[in-house]
Amino acid sequence: MEIAFTSEELEQIEKLKALYPESKAAIMPVLWMAQKKFDWLSEDVMKHVAEVMDLPYAHVMGVASFYTMYHKKPMGRNHVQVCTNISCMLKGGMEVYEHVKQRLGVGHTQATSDGKFSLEEVECMGACGGAPMIAINEDFYENVTLQSTDALLDKCV
Amino acid sequence: MYTAPNLVLPRVENLSSLDVYLKHGGFDAYRRAIHLSTDEVIDEVKRSGLRGRGGACFPTGLKWSFMPKSTDKPKYLAINGDESEPGSFKDRQIFEYNPHQLIEGILIASYAMGISKSFIYIRGEYHKWVRLMEDALAEAYAKGYVGSGMKQTFGNDYTTDIVVHKGAGAYICGEETSLMSSLEGDRGYPRFKPPFPANKGLWGMPTTINNVETLAAIPPIMMLGGDAYAQIGAKGHSGTILYGVSGHINNPAVFELPTGLLLTDLIYNYCNGIPNNKRIKAVIPGGSSMPPLRGDEIEGVRLDEESLKVLGTHIGTAGVMVMDEDTDIVAVTLRIAKFYHHESCGQCTPCREGCGWMEKILHRIQDGDATSGDIDLLYDVASNIEGNTICALGDAAAWPVKGFIEKFRDEFEVLCKPQRSFVALNVVHGKRSTASTLVRQA
Ligand SMILES: Cc1cc2nc3c(=O)[nH]c(=O)nc-3n(C[C@H](O)[C@H](O)[C@H](O)COP(=O)(O)O)c2cc1C
Ligand code: SF4
Ligand code: FES
Repeated sequence: MEIAFTSEELEQIEKLKALYPESKAAIMPVLWMAQKKFDWLSEDVMKHVAEVMDLPYAHVMGVASFYTMYHKKPMGRNHVQVCTNISCMLKGGMEVYEHVKQRLGVGHTQATSDGKFSLEEVECMGACGGAPMIAINEDFYENVTLQSTDALLDKCV
Repeated sequence: MYTAPNLVLPRVENLSSLDVYLKHGGFDAYRRAIHLSTDEVIDEVKRSGLRGRGGACFPTGLKWSFMPKSTDKPKYLAINGDESEPGSFKDRQIFEYNPHQLIEGILIASYAMGISKSFIYIRGEYHKWVRLMEDALAEAYAKGYVGSGMKQTFGNDYTTDIVVHKGAGAYICGEETSLMSSLEGDRGYPRFKPPFPANKGLWGMPTTINNVETLAAIPPIMMLGGDAYAQIGAKGHSGTILYGVSGHINNPAVFELPTGLLLTDLIYNYCNGIPNNKRIKAVIPGGSSMPPLRGDEIEGVRLDEESLKVLGTHIGTAGVMVMDEDTDIVAVTLRIAKFYHHESCGQCTPCREGCGWMEKILHRIQDGDATSGDIDLLYDVASNIEGNTICALGDAAAWPVKGFIEKFRDEFEVLCKPQRSFVALNVVHGKRSTASTLVRQA
């Protein structure tokens, strides 16, 4: 895929910049747009973001690497996030994580070779009342069990 | 049981739709506010006794009064919806069930401080709640409740804008100065205070940072009046608060109840107690940064800042985490230490190195390789982080570790050996290829 935003997307980016007193502040929403479009933030993607944001590449890279949700390497189509922080841990979150790790055969922030799944052990997701929880891409699933986790993974395409 | 109406999360169906919100008195509080002078609004909030719900419990009216009045600089308000403190899941309920009340609270705060633009910073993991908040805001804009349409809607010259900003996974961005760095488009490094945000905040301009729940409590304060609000809950920390209860509990959920509630009431009446009627080993009262209480200490404990301070802990985000008698305290402490090590931004040596050391020592204890001298060392490392850093993440990392050692030292001791034996040398040797060749030949 050619690494370039479309003209509509560029317009959208100009609108984002105008929301803030200084356009640099739009870097986070623009990185989100880039990740959505190109799946992950490769060097080329970050260079393109630097260009459209009129910022040094090093700055874009610095910001992208500060935040865990910007992927600096390819992740699977189904990014499985398992919370193992306290409330989840108390309710079996660690076991869920080990189970998914075994099933997928990959570790923390690794993707399966077919690109279908990736795994991440995440910190508290703000769903402690529904512990243990997992998230697949943008969706939260609360009060999971090993069985219901398996069922969720079975449904992934 | 408490039966008075909920102020922040009223039990009204579809309240997240603007029409329903308006039908239930929505934006009446803002209308009331703009008929007062800005000083009168701030005074009302001062008299309510409202203290910030983001963790630090700072008096909200006082914070607002720090904003310079006679200045032609633009002023900003940042709304802290980073909600990443383990055990906290309450601001999310406001985004989902009562977003317009948050918007109204922002408008009142903005009017009182002369804010030109507000930014709602929501943690990146909250994709769904970012969308819900954006939808609510779009509706409020479209119907003239935010932005230039306000002039006509409210018949008043004051207008203000609100922007939703999505984070991308960094606990530290909930710290107010880090949040500002992040919003400006930099790495989310906390900044040294002073200068305080009210003087030099976002883009160098006067800025106030408030938690989502704090601002959602403003409309009811304007409707009830500050004095009446001050009568609710505990003296010195008034109002209702969103308690989020999780862990070993039969009915984990968010409850809006008055401050000063008995912890045992919350656990046994509202949350139906502990699964299998087990005993409680520990309770963290306000998110993972706060020192724990022991199960035998919770009788008579009231959940408000002044009461908890006496017991050496804090209300924090009111994220109550309950641990039953079978809980492995060392494992919990290690998991907390791992979290802070992961989230330290690395600017200050005591925090960056100290958090790493705490995690390592706790690993050693858990693996049975430590002596009780290591527990003292751990305590010492924690004490050396506390108070020696740019931001309060250092304290947040040190407090629970110190608290768990103070209250559960025995649990650490049983894992320790009287003396360290240095088997480690052989382990290293065993990894050498020559050594493994020898093994294979044998
Ligand atoms: C490490 C750290 C993380 C924090 N995270 C949050 C957070 O997620 N949400 C929040 O509202 N406040 C958080 N705070 C507190 C903020 O710095 C700030 O005190 C608060 O947002 C002010 O709002 P309030 O006065 O309405 O409570 C955090 C503080 C620290 C030191
Ligand atoms: S205390 Fe920790 S998180 Fe805060 S600025 Fe220092 S290194 Fe960063
Ligand atoms: S501890 Fe897992 S969601 Fe909070």
